[in-house]
Amino acid sequence: MALLEVRDLTVQFRRRGEEPFTAVDGVSFDVDPGQTIGLVGESGCGKSVTSLAIMGLLPRKGNQVTGSVRFEDTELLSLSQSQMRDRRGRDLGMVFQDPLSSLNPVVSIGLQVTEVLERHRGMARKAAMVEATELLDKVGIPDPGRRLSEYPHQLSGGMRQRALIAMALACRPRLLIADEPTTALDVTIQAQILALLKELVTDTGTALIMITHDLGVVAGLCDEVNVLYGGRVVERAARHELFAEPRHPYTHGLLASIPRLDAPRGEKLVPIKGSVADNIPWDGACAFAPRCPNALDTCTQVTPEQESLANRLLRCHNPVEVTA
Amino acid sequence: MLRYTVRRLGQLVLVVLVLSLLIFAWLHSLPGGPVSALLGERATPESTRALTIQLGLDQPIFVQYWKFLLRALSGDFGVSLGVQPGASVVDVFLTRFPATIELSVCAIILAIVFGIPLGYLAARRRGGWFDNLSIGASLIGVAVPVFFLAFLLKYIFAVKLGILPSLGRQDAIDATRVTGFFVLDGLLTQEWDASLNALKHLILPSIALATIPFAVIFRITRAAVLDVQDEDYVRTAESKGLTTRVIRARHVLRNAMLPVVTTIGLQTGALLAGAVLTEGVFNFPGVGDALATGFRQHDYPMLEMLVLVAAIVYVLVNLLVDLSYALIDPRVRAK
Repeated sequence: MALLEVRDLTVQFRRRGEEPFTAVDGVSFDVDPGQTIGLVGESGCGKSVTSLAIMGLLPRKGNQVTGSVRFEDTELLSLSQSQMRDRRGRDLGMVFQDPLSSLNPVVSIGLQVTEVLERHRGMARKAAMVEATELLDKVGIPDPGRRLSEYPHQLSGGMRQRALIAMALACRPRLLIADEPTTALDVTIQAQILALLKELVTDTGTALIMITHDLGVVAGLCDEVNVLYGGRVVERAARHELFAEPRHPYTHGLLASIPRLDAPRGEKLVPIKGSVADNIPWDGACAFAPRCPNALDTCTQVTPEQESLANRLLRCHNPVEVTA
Repeated sequence: MLRYTVRRLGQLVLVVLVLSLLIFAWLHSLPGGPVSALLGERATPESTRALTIQLGLDQPIFVQYWKFLLRALSGDFGVSLGVQPGASVVDVFLTRFPATIELSVCAIILAIVFGIPLGYLAARRRGGWFDNLSIGASLIGVAVPVFFLAFLLKYIFAVKLGILPSLGRQDAIDATRVTGFFVLDGLLTQEWDASLNALKHLILPSIALATIPFAVIFRITRAAVLDVQDEDYVRTAESKGLTTRVIRARHVLRNAMLPVVTTIGLQTGALLAGAVLTEGVFNFPGVGDALATGFRQHDYPMLEMLVLVAAIVYVLVNLLVDLSYALIDPRVRAK
């Protein structure tokens, strides 16, 4: 049975006097225990909002979340604020994009780790400090005992993200959501953090939802990949299938816009034209049609439905042909 | 931390020295002057010259300053010419300073005790009726002149309702003086009546004096909380499932307090300006009242000491603010 079942998750932001804005539009996916899945897409495709909706971290006012998010036997969307509070940090952990702004500048690293342990595992401060030392050690922070009494500004970017990972994993959650955890870091550090995440989730059997715009991250980490566009899943496949045979023109475009070392010299990168539209015109059209090189007349007249193919899900009228 | 404090105190000496020169030069360049103030209508050219020589005002200004400085260092600021003619300036100051301290401490406590929680609540209920109401109230608090509010309070609570005293620091009752702080004296000597009586006298003036600092602290707290509660680290705290109590106290308020502490310092320093007006309205015998009288009567020695002390207090309060800032924010401590 799946650890997490997301069904038809829809998030609408409503502001007085404005049309409601649909950020996530009927997203469904499963995460099995210990599995790593990727949510991939450009800024504004709804990947972060999806993760915040799962965690129950969307602002209380001005949005409407419908659909279903089942975690084991619990429907998370029907939990109260305080019930969700009991879950967060214990069953579900989250790591965010910018490690500096995600840490409280005036609270010591030690306290920011132990406060989770005190909250969910009922540990006393002293015992929690011992545990925190082990946690920091486990995420590869040298001299963890000393680091506990230090403050975020005294740590490097990579160390800060390691500390945040330690906090998210402190209570051994069964699901970890990482929202662009390497975007704000140096390239060399990025690889270290990804390797660390991979090692930790493998060791502890934690399921991981990796949110990223970087297909390189996906390639090294994820078992299954969901490509999001305009708040909907446009293609889903196992990692290998997706990279070998991208069928959706958007996925294809994403892969083509990555520089490759094995490409002939002087070959130009192929960017995807345009940018994500402000509102999502999935009504009676494909949202990607205006930017799509394969667009047909139907693409601007009929909303493409999600189809199950042999090895993937696809939402496209005119997918890229498989080049044998 | 200790070295930092010592260095700051060293700076204080320099600041006070420069200030004393400025104050001295400025006061002595004012028209009129103590001689005509003392002699009044009876002034003749002869008596004017005699008094000018007697007060040493005929000497070059830097000689006068040097003499002033030497005397000031030995704790002698001269004799009051107008506030309490004939009395030592230091003595006048020492009887009046505790009154102003009592008043200012009460006022700033009122401002903090109401400003911070209300500012926090307004931010939590942003856009609600409570928020709008208190923003309006704080706007009025800043806009209404202190002396007007002082008169209004005096009229309503002292004159009309007669529930609070309107003048002075204490009624004419038997009270033993120990420190000069009347409320404290009553507690020390267990003369509870005296203490209570002095406290009652403080209520109206401190409310009048507290309005502006309250309004400013309220607004800064509200703005800071609004700022901080959208920070990423508050979301991180939420993602850890921490209780609202911990999130509010440790993650929101602790960070929101940084600008508020600075504001409290600045407002405390500025209290003397308000005290001049408030003490005037309530006939409260503090240094604010002495300052106003001193200016009216060209009491140079008194003014020199008062302005100098005001400057020292201001610098000390700011030092205190910086130290408490370092206590809250580790990023400041590191430097």
